[in-house]
Amino acid sequence: MPLTPGFRRRARESEHDLPPGQYETRDFPVLSAGPTPRVTTDRWSLDLTAESGEQRSWTWQDLMALPQSTPTVDLHCVTRWSKFGTHWTGVDVDVLLDGVETSASYVTVGSYGGYTTNLPLADLRGGRAWIVHTYEGEPLHPEHGGPARLLVPHLYLWKSAKWVRSITLMAHDRPGFWETLGYHDYGDPWREQRYRGD
Amino acid sequence: MATWRRATCVSRTAETASAVTLELDVEGWPGNLAGQHVDLRLTADDGYTATRSYSLSSPAAAPSTQGGRRRVAVTVQRVADGEVSPYLADDFAVSDEIEVRGPIGEWFVWEPDGTPVTLIAGGSGIVPLVSMVRTRREARSRTPFRLLYSVRTPADRMFRRELAHPGPDDQALDVAFLYTREAPEEAARPVGRIEVADLVSWAWPPDFAPATFVCGPTGFVESVAAMLISLGHDPARIKTERFGPTGV
Repeated sequence: MPLTPGFRRRARESEHDLPPGQYETRDFPVLSAGPTPRVTTDRWSLDLTAESGEQRSWTWQDLMALPQSTPTVDLHCVTRWSKFGTHWTGVDVDVLLDGVETSASYVTVGSYGGYTTNLPLADLRGGRAWIVHTYEGEPLHPEHGGPARLLVPHLYLWKSAKWVRSITLMAHDRPGFWETLGYHDYGDPWREQRYRGD
Repeated sequence: MATWRRATCVSRTAETASAVTLELDVEGWPGNLAGQHVDLRLTADDGYTATRSYSLSSPAAAPSTQGGRRRVAVTVQRVADGEVSPYLADDFAVSDEIEVRGPIGEWFVWEPDGTPVTLIAGGSGIVPLVSMVRTRREARSRTPFRLLYSVRTPADRMFRRELAHPGPDDQALDVAFLYTREAPEEAARPVGRIEVADLVSWAWPPDFAPATFVCGPTGFVESVAAMLISLGHDPARIKTERFGPTGV
């Protein structure tokens, strides 16, 4: 006997290529573990710290003065929605890392509000990750991580830390917020790496 | 790898006209904390599957022993144009089977301790919070609990009897219903959305350093969390769970 007899597909087929277990949404749902931090651009800054202790820091004006990219990307949230063809403006992380001496393999990204997430450094290089501040032509709303968030669309969205404040280069991997609370360390949507052990 | 467990529906209980509690008998349940959720996977005759997350409404549970079975409950609010919730709310029957994965989430959880707790629910956001209320009761905890439950009308209240008439095992559990559209005659508060005055009246004040859990639609959670912070609550002590779309 089949499981859940009588259950039938109702969702529209997506015209896009959905990772396993995902469905398409045209809304932009919000998921955060706590209250939305309200960070104004005049007190926003981003720090990059290498494992050597070398530090770089950008104010909002500094970030805006850097070369800007306009990626169009698909988003995949671990809570199973995917959103296609979103338009962003921001600074390629390669630009921030340019000239930084490092042999680090991992990074910890920290947020205003205390959130953290970890990624291999390689996943932030090669034009695959940005610090974005504009969504669909408008300043990024605080609920979605404004004034600026990390955007790493090839991983589940919890890796794209909202309210980004720091990038710390590390020799060793150290699990971040959700990664210590039962979620996968890497989070590849195409391999359905949702939870610890997937 | 993903562990999907077969589960059998053992009871259905209507909570409101549009919400139903499904009690599931799960093989080898590994136990859960209050506030966690599960993934439910449905499989159609043609092999199509759909998976959605639902909060547990049942209390914390110990692991089943020796591969035995254990009962857990989810409470499902029907979403009119949804793919999964109408099936679960209307068609999924006692003795039907489904697959369950979990428990999931180690953040929005409560374990008995002495810290005062404020629970703030908007609509079906009550589900993980009632799991905390039930866990407190089963643990015979005296942790002071205050629950603010915002609903449109009296008919929209889930777990109605249990929350309206806390029993002898629910000492120091205070429940306030906040009606947004239509209130019963005896209600002291006029209808309307939750506001700062409600939090001042019913939530533990910031001086008590309470643990605060807020669950509901995105707009509700955003609004309540912002009010709590304006009242001086430490953002680090406010845990939130949001659901539903946003137009932003």
